[in-house]
Amino acid sequence: MRSTLKFAVPIVAAALALGACGTKGGDTSSAGASGGSQAACDLKIGMFGALTGPNANLGIYIQNGVNLALDDYNKKHPNCQVKLENYDSQGDPTQAPGLAKKAIDDKKVVGIVGPAFSGESKAADPLFNEAGLVTITPSATNPKLADNGWKTFFRALGNDATQGPAAAKYIKDTLKATKPFVMDDASEYGKGLADIVRQDLGSAVVGNDTIQQKQTDFSASVTKVKASGADALFYGGYSPEAAPLIKQLRDAGWKGTFVVADGVKDQSFIDNAKTAAEGTIITCPCVPADVAPEFAAAYKAKFGQDPNTYSGEGYDSATILLDGIAAGKTRATMVDFVKSYDKKGVTKQLKFDAKGESADIKVYAYKVENGKIVSVGEIK
Amino acid sequence: MQYLFDNFWALTITGLTLGAVYALVALGYTLVYGVLRLINFAHSEVFMYGTFAALWVVTFLGGNATGSIAQVIFWIAMMFVAAMAMSGLIAVLLERFAYRPLRKRNAPPLIALISAIGASFVLAEIMGLREKITGWFGLDTPLATYVRNSRNNAGMPEIITPQPVFTLGDYAVTNVDIFVIVGAIAIMIMLDQFVKRSRLGRGIRAVAQDPESAALMGVNRDRVIQVTFLVGGVMAGAAAAFYMLKIGITRYDAGFILGVKAFTAAVLGGIGNLRGALLGGFVLGLAENYGSAIVGTEWKDVVAFLLLVVILLFRPTGLLGESLGKARA
Amino acid sequence: MSYAQRGMDWVRALPKPAKIVLWVLFLVFLFALPLLNIPFITTPDSDFGGVLFTVSTYVLVALGLNIVVGYAGLLDLGYVGFYAIGAYTVGVLSSLHGSWPWLWTVPVAIGAALISGILLGAPTLRVRGDYLAIVTLGFGEIVRLTLVNSQWLNGAQGISNIPRPPGAELFEVPSLDWSSGAPVVDLSNTTTFLKFGITDQIPYYWLALSVILLVLLFDKLVKDSRVGRAWEATREDEDAAELMGVPTFRFKLLAFALGACIGGLSGALFAGKAGFISPDSFVLLLSILFIAAVVVGGAGNRWGVILGAIVVGYFPERFRDFADFRVLVFGLALMLLAIFRPQGILPPRRAVRAIEADEKLEALEEGEVRV
Repeated sequence: MRSTLKFAVPIVAAALALGACGTKGGDTSSAGASGGSQAACDLKIGMFGALTGPNANLGIYIQNGVNLALDDYNKKHPNCQVKLENYDSQGDPTQAPGLAKKAIDDKKVVGIVGPAFSGESKAADPLFNEAGLVTITPSATNPKLADNGWKTFFRALGNDATQGPAAAKYIKDTLKATKPFVMDDASEYGKGLADIVRQDLGSAVVGNDTIQQKQTDFSASVTKVKASGADALFYGGYSPEAAPLIKQLRDAGWKGTFVVADGVKDQSFIDNAKTAAEGTIITCPCVPADVAPEFAAAYKAKFGQDPNTYSGEGYDSATILLDGIAAGKTRATMVDFVKSYDKKGVTKQLKFDAKGESADIKVYAYKVENGKIVSVGEIK
Repeated sequence: MQYLFDNFWALTITGLTLGAVYALVALGYTLVYGVLRLINFAHSEVFMYGTFAALWVVTFLGGNATGSIAQVIFWIAMMFVAAMAMSGLIAVLLERFAYRPLRKRNAPPLIALISAIGASFVLAEIMGLREKITGWFGLDTPLATYVRNSRNNAGMPEIITPQPVFTLGDYAVTNVDIFVIVGAIAIMIMLDQFVKRSRLGRGIRAVAQDPESAALMGVNRDRVIQVTFLVGGVMAGAAAAFYMLKIGITRYDAGFILGVKAFTAAVLGGIGNLRGALLGGFVLGLAENYGSAIVGTEWKDVVAFLLLVVILLFRPTGLLGESLGKARA
Repeated sequence: MSYAQRGMDWVRALPKPAKIVLWVLFLVFLFALPLLNIPFITTPDSDFGGVLFTVSTYVLVALGLNIVVGYAGLLDLGYVGFYAIGAYTVGVLSSLHGSWPWLWTVPVAIGAALISGILLGAPTLRVRGDYLAIVTLGFGEIVRLTLVNSQWLNGAQGISNIPRPPGAELFEVPSLDWSSGAPVVDLSNTTTFLKFGITDQIPYYWLALSVILLVLLFDKLVKDSRVGRAWEATREDEDAAELMGVPTFRFKLLAFALGACIGGLSGALFAGKAGFISPDSFVLLLSILFIAAVVVGGAGNRWGVILGAIVVGYFPERFRDFADFRVLVFGLALMLLAIFRPQGILPPRRAVRAIEADEKLEALEEGEVRV
């Protein structure tokens, strides 16, 4: 034991000494810095989100939208192309800071579409904020994200605090449900949204339940919903759980209305729940496809399917950054450009308030009819 | 508590249907453990492949909710055949490539577990990447119905609409509930008889009891082990078919949680004991439902794991004891 | 005997001063690694400093888990539970329900992990080995599910604004730039020595590396003591050890608790660097990766598990091009390794000797039968 200590002490001392020497050497070195000149042309925008792994669906939908915007831009500027740099976080907050730093170090990146999820936003956005690199998230809906005072944070869609009250309003006023039941998947998105709905519906709520992501058997919850005699069920969560949930509810003979939010506005929900999905009400702070038919047509031509959840937001977010590049903005000047942006996008009027939230949010209700998601108008 | 009593029958019947699936999957763990003293960590993927086989065959045959009785019976029969064949095949492949090479080298059990974890990743990821993998061969477009969005859920067309048959308390027991519970028990009785009476069954018991003496008595150990995996896989395939009838939606990572639960069921009943697996499955299914009725649905999985810990502490050999080798099996 | 082993033996045979110089050089190299930006080694698709920090946490965790799995022979599949407890203790005390500075929370985090290790170990270490694997697997899931569902811990939202470790801004360290083919000192890209900021991740790596050195020292002291020998005896033959007067249960519990401590410490480091933690960072897959790190490297050999941790932590980040195929390749690698090199890349020397002895014994036995 003593020999180990004898051995270790000089090591540490020597390491410190040598470490200091190495540093001085670096200072006195005469080699120049590699700052270099920046050609205004080979600029890049970043796509930050889950592109592989179990959460990749949403990221790919967004990336498709971004790619479409990029194609539009590059077609108009054949001599001055913009490239897309992908930062595939797999939706994992642990990987996010390293990727954010990488994006920051790449001086050609002038703006980021993303981060796609709220969790990775919390891990990566402080870095972007410190480096002054603009982020426009097309999908992270946690309301508290905007309260951090990040000056580079922009959100191209409504947050849960705008959607929740609209969903509650729809349940109360349009469905005239007297016995609503509220359920969530314990995720940041699902629970955040469901809590707002719970609050707005107040004492009318006849029951609450929480399920877990990746759960497939919902018999205990189904029993609970049926026992409560609920005539409407609001579920805050994503489509992988919403599909088996409504299927098992219908199998058990529950007849009420299933109300969900934008996390379920996804063709896979209908593909998997099949007939059980019929009549489901989906709220979404996103403009229906018939409002932007050119976008829908272009998307379908390129990817062979209808635009999916957040594809439009991805397109809009990328378009804002690309407009900035066209206007000759650099990373430093991009923040102010985005802040004062005011143009009509495919999903909404693109304009941000002081906190970086979308200024003009309309929540629409959609309904599943004959295996298609159709708009039933704005919730006012 | 009042809630539990009010909905006693609903919780009981749904708990039993889920328990039946746990029990069938648990058989695979129990058989392999009995013969090899090894936790077949990748057994959950064997189950998962069965769910996909069931889904694909029903999709391929164009199953729908409006079929005639004969059609429905045909679809269900094909579902079971496909799921059991697929799961059996995967289990045998697993034994061949992940376990047999280790056995030849006398590797310690820890290493077998690592190999099993590796195999489990490989199997799940192949399913999760099937869109890309078929894409290499240009098959992703013709097979789009089967491989698209391979990281997402895949839903099976409903071929049998649950119809209430009779009511227990407030709960209307459906034809699907009855089919799953009765069918699972019937399959398990068949397995029990197979192990008890057939030549191969005797071989399994002999190897479980004393591998070396069995080998000396002329039992081909490798063959017995292969059959054990096959039987366990076929049981998991049956579980997968029942699961798809009841839940109807699967996913490349659907095996994991179910696998852990089924393993819990196997330990609960007494690992290595076939009847124990049946009992363990049903007890676990009920305990989850009753437990979540008392402490809240979000704690359902926690209830299952806590039950496992408690059982292991107070009765480490499980409810019925470990006994594949004994004549009772 | 492998090349790695031969290399180690060569180092061992050197005279002491030469050894010390070699070690010091190696240490300096390790500390300078993120600044050197060596082509091919540096990760092209993620920040190298950040990756090195992640690798360091893997190394730390693997060292802790090695005490449990390698030294005491207890298979723990829920190690991520202790990692999470460490991180959440820091998060709760420093941000969510208190405003302690990071440094004060670290000992508490280690203590909390220690207590949970004893609470879990005391009842469960009496059960058989492979059951322990499943009980600990369950424990890891219980911890995660509790984090997700407990409102007091902020549920899935996690904990933000965790304070950073204390630092000082002493001087700037430049990095190397290889973009022209030859290394050039890049004064525009510098790291402030010991400023634990938001963007620059290199100081966190230095911190983690220093902690690893301390843990390594501790590990060596414990392993070479009576305790280490007791673990070894317990692992090889529990009954025999018990008969020889080794209180095996107490030593197993000690291993479990020490392992938990190091897990908690790694969690605390992670929380201090990330500033934000949520249940997403503590999934079950991580437990399995940790176990894989230990077994791949060679359970029982501290250099082996470090190598294993580097393999498990670094390769997926270096080869991001594989993207979607990472887990698949990783699974294949585990299977191949189990089949072709079951003792790990760098097995402990005693295991090497034991295997040789076993083979000799087997050969003798077979010889007898033939005669």
